[in-house]
Amino acid sequence: MIGETLELTVVAVDDIAPSLRHVRLAAADGGQLPPAAAGANIQLRLQGEARTWRNAYSLISQPGRRDEYEIIVRRVPESRGGSAFVHEVLKPGDRLVASWPGNLFAPQRTARHHLMIAGGIGITPFLSYVADFAHNGTSHALHVCCRESETGTFAPWLQACGDLNYYWDADGHRLDIPALLAQQPAGTHLYVCGPAALNDEVIQAAADAGWPASHVHCEHFGAALSGGTPFTAFLSRSGIEVEVGESESLLEAIERIGATAPCLCRGGACGVCVTGVLEGEPEHRDHYLGAAEREGGQLIMPCVSRARSARLVLDL
Amino acid sequence: MSLVFKPEETFRGDYTYRNSDAAILRFPFPFPEDRYMYSVNIEPHVRSGPTDAFCRPFDIDEHYIAECRDRALTLEQDPGRCQVLPHMMTAQWDTLELLMENMAADYPEQFSLTKEGDVFGSRWTWINRPLGIEQQFIFGDPDTLPCEPFEYITRQAQGDFAICDQREDNLYLDAGMITSQADWSLEFNVGMNFMEWHGPVPLAHQAGVFERALKYLLMLRLGQPVRRLNWTMSINPRLDTSPESYPAWGPDRASVTVENAGGKVHLRVELQTLWRLPRSNAILFPIRCFLISIEELARVPKWGKRLHRVLSSLPPELAEYKGLTRYLPATLAWLAPLDDGAELATGTGPDITELAPV
Repeated sequence: MIGETLELTVVAVDDIAPSLRHVRLAAADGGQLPPAAAGANIQLRLQGEARTWRNAYSLISQPGRRDEYEIIVRRVPESRGGSAFVHEVLKPGDRLVASWPGNLFAPQRTARHHLMIAGGIGITPFLSYVADFAHNGTSHALHVCCRESETGTFAPWLQACGDLNYYWDADGHRLDIPALLAQQPAGTHLYVCGPAALNDEVIQAAADAGWPASHVHCEHFGAALSGGTPFTAFLSRSGIEVEVGESESLLEAIERIGATAPCLCRGGACGVCVTGVLEGEPEHRDHYLGAAEREGGQLIMPCVSRARSARLVLDL
Repeated sequence: MSLVFKPEETFRGDYTYRNSDAAILRFPFPFPEDRYMYSVNIEPHVRSGPTDAFCRPFDIDEHYIAECRDRALTLEQDPGRCQVLPHMMTAQWDTLELLMENMAADYPEQFSLTKEGDVFGSRWTWINRPLGIEQQFIFGDPDTLPCEPFEYITRQAQGDFAICDQREDNLYLDAGMITSQADWSLEFNVGMNFMEWHGPVPLAHQAGVFERALKYLLMLRLGQPVRRLNWTMSINPRLDTSPESYPAWGPDRASVTVENAGGKVHLRVELQTLWRLPRSNAILFPIRCFLISIEELARVPKWGKRLHRVLSSLPPELAEYKGLTRYLPATLAWLAPLDDGAELATGTGPDITELAPV
């Protein structure tokens, strides 16, 4: 079990809601895929006509399954193109290159109880969590915030869920986060995945209630996080200058000109792509650098962060 | 590779363990230069390397049967050498799957794995011909094996194994099968985090080695295992040099003379690999121990000379930490006549393909 990239074939695409597409993928050679854990993701290389996107998606397949991977892709209105490509272009039989599964949001195996809070499409990592917990007989509860019309969308993946609760934006149906946190037994681990506002609210509520940070886990997602005002980046080691467009990330611009940059989550969480800044002022949008590192201005996560200045000089 | 096992050799008592010429030439010699110092010497564990010992994910050699028997003897005397904390069951199955798949793929004459499915609940059949085992079991159901899955498979593999759980941006040593260790105790270390279990190592903390290594390991990727070598020395070819059994081997350090050093003093090299496990997200840490007497080692002229230079220039703190102080002078006196001072090529390979007859 050694390798870096996988050649996949699209087995089926299926719209499970107006903006949600369920995609099933298998190994192009008909062989076995690497097993993956609850919370794992894969990075897909989506080859459009004019450009390539590299997007990371949570695997929602049953953990350990090796014949197929499943993902759910939400069409993002302000999409930079990756999700639109999946919804409009991708069809059964298409081939894709993907990374091996990575996992930046694995469940904590020492937890006595797993409390999951999902917002919208942020439910995807929890679909594999539920399968894992149900198989292992681990105590768990899932609280989902979504539109009232979407409460049945994910039912096929949640049949084994021991404690499933839905919330939506109407009187009597909103999630009272502090009240929920107050009821939890000692040894509970809290996981949240949703829009930034929900993540922040849950993390703040947990901190206010005295939860130790080591028991609070968050997976950030956010499309269109990496776009913004165009700027110029100069790669000092290779001596190349690249214009970073408004709808591409700094990392994507670097990859577009053929420079190789290590990366993993492409969402500012893992720290793999951290790069030195020699000149210019970064605009930090990541979840990795600490406050002192941000103020220092010597480091940047090019997968999501951009520039306040017109030009950045990178140690790359 | 054809494997001819030496099932009768021993790692205790009469110590009949010896390396064949082929085993000497494939030894993972650890010193690329004439001086040694700690470094984060981690590289991808690919199917190639300076000798054949590096070339398979889980190496098996002529000592396989004898090592498995020695492990069984140690476990009989001290079952605490295998410990697994309760939250590690998924990681146990990950380990069993990884080892069975790789052993069956790399040594098809010796091992075979037949699966009726991949997910938990599937029926698997494992055949280990060298040890005469045929086992049907349900993947994911520990009650269908004679013992828990981690102990089951590591009793059938060479080298020690630890599993580190990843949480709170740290690694916790939450499982181990440790019967051939260089004087550290699983009983003492189980449950410790990465900084805690490396606490006693001299010099490296100040160099920031462990902070960098931990940060690197936390990002270790599935499918991209890495490896490094570590080394120490042992008197007699003894696998079980644990603190628990110190009375059985510690006094041997006082038995070394210039005359007997060649056969008594052994270089002990650990080929350590690190694997991200797929279902548990834990890290498997196999520690594959290779033993060679300095007499055998010196049949590769480059290695004999280089070992002399490395040991001559070893910082005293390191010699003390590795437990060499007492017999180092006799070892150096035995090696010195072999070292003509000629410049040696960098790198760890033997630079010869055949040994001169003894």
